[in-house]
Amino acid sequence: MLKLPIYMDNHATTPLDPRVLEAMMPYLREDFGNAASRNHVFGWKAEAAVEQARAQVAALIGASEKEIVFTSGATESDNLALKGVLEFYRDKGDHLITLKTEHKAILDSAKRLERMRQDRVEELRLLRLSELAQDDVMADNADALALKFNLDEDVVLRRWMARVHTGARVSYLDVRPDGLVDLEALRAAMTDRTVLVSIMLANNEVGVVQPMEAIGRLCREKGVLLHTDAVQGVGKVPFDVNRMNVDLASVTAHKIYGPKGVGALYIRRKPRVRLAPSIDGGGHERGMRSGTLNVAAIVGFGKAAELARLEMDAESQRLLALRERLRTRLTSELDMVTVNGTLEHRLPGNLNVSFACVEGEALMMAIKDVAVSSGSACTSASLEPSYVLRALGVEEDMAHSSIRFGIGRFNTEEEVDFVARLVIDKVKKLREMSPLYEMARDGVDLKSVQWAAH
Amino acid sequence: MAYSDKVIDHYENPRNVGTLDKEDPNVGTGLVGAPACGDVMRLQLRISDDGIIQDAKFKTFGCGSAIASSSLVTEWVKGKSVDDATRITNKDIAQELALPPVKIHCSVLAEDAIKAAVEDFKRKRAARAVPVVATAVAASPLP
Repeated sequence: MLKLPIYMDNHATTPLDPRVLEAMMPYLREDFGNAASRNHVFGWKAEAAVEQARAQVAALIGASEKEIVFTSGATESDNLALKGVLEFYRDKGDHLITLKTEHKAILDSAKRLERMRQDRVEELRLLRLSELAQDDVMADNADALALKFNLDEDVVLRRWMARVHTGARVSYLDVRPDGLVDLEALRAAMTDRTVLVSIMLANNEVGVVQPMEAIGRLCREKGVLLHTDAVQGVGKVPFDVNRMNVDLASVTAHKIYGPKGVGALYIRRKPRVRLAPSIDGGGHERGMRSGTLNVAAIVGFGKAAELARLEMDAESQRLLALRERLRTRLTSELDMVTVNGTLEHRLPGNLNVSFACVEGEALMMAIKDVAVSSGSACTSASLEPSYVLRALGVEEDMAHSSIRFGIGRFNTEEEVDFVARLVIDKVKKLREMSPLYEMARDGVDLKSVQWAAH
Repeated sequence: MAYSDKVIDHYENPRNVGTLDKEDPNVGTGLVGAPACGDVMRLQLRISDDGIIQDAKFKTFGCGSAIASSSLVTEWVKGKSVDDATRITNKDIAQELALPPVKIHCSVLAEDAIKAAVEDFKRKRAARAVPVVATAVAASPLP
């Protein structure tokens, strides 16, 4: 029996697997101890449960349990990896390379590192100007004085700047139109100041899976650390930190049918990768991340990781079949449908498509019994369509017309058929009232029209 | 985001979707917005020689609020003089549909669409050298 509403937004989050909930329950009830309590059975039980979960998470990514640090989620893991590595290796270099299609947790961490460096540089410029002018210099008259003293050519300032160890310089690499990293561009972007490369395993919008093994090989060859935001890919596609030479990896429980609010950062021990912690306190997680452990959630994470490891092969095949069923129905019954991103290197459950001449939010409203996402600006506060689709070179109008389907463990063939039928009907209906569809059908080249931007 | 009942009603049962013959001298067509911005509205008005809007049709590419805004104005302008129709403001539309701040631009677009359609009609009339009939200027109450 088909039950509405249907959840098909499994890149946003996934439902808790009942087996995970079952594993968690004792730790929400009688086994409530603090894993850091070393002096009684409550603490020991909690600690044992955490250590079991650590081993389960490690096994999913081919790591050892000592390499897993539990966090509040992947956003924290991403922040910790980028800021922690750049700070710890500040004497070695200050350059970070990432992709334009990364998650905001990466991009905004990188932007903060850039701003930190910029603030330090500004501070030094003012200091140097004050010295040259033999007077205090404020930011508002700095520009005029900088010209007067030819600050850009100043040898002392240059020497100071070469020693700036705060924050980072960041290269944001373009991706190819299929969403994949350009390995030659990555190689070319690396300098002797490059400390870290951060490239996601799989993209949260278009599901494109990056060639992590090749990226890892290149980073190893160049002596650069590699971090990957593996949130969307882990448990869905093969991922092994040793085979892929990954030094740091962010993972989270709630994308693999575990609870929200718990994640982990994998930090390689051989050769040892170090980082400066962000959260100081009681020295939990070997000082990398203080704070009392969320035992029940960690247990759930461990169980979810174990299930993902055992069931991934069969599940991926099933999801791929469902995804292809959905895709072929949509593309065979509708014209002007484009899949965004490569189909070849893609998460099995991901389908990101643009239905030309139909606005994404309007379509979501029309299929309100089905939970999906859109890259349309109307679904975000920014009024800008998806930056990921834009980075793939998708035109703005097609980005506004995009829908992301995320098929997951609990979706059925019956649901996929229902969704396909509904989407086809509603796209047709919305196209009936779309001036763009009428124009396109009448042979008007929409790009040649002078639109009044607003 | 939650939509108001009126937005949902107009979205699910849009009034006056369709196309009028844009070559008809009595039809004014307004095409506003841009695909890159995520909304394009086309409003067409059939206007009698004495300046009364007899029919209105729309087609809109845009979110639910954009579709509802255009549907609403087709209802409102029918039977009005062109002067009264161009007095409809985005505030009237936003208020009627209870649009949240992020959707105000949809109502602006609908207001622009009315003005653009009337402009187009007037341009056609001028080209035919038929003087635009002075319509009643007495302000009638806003819808």
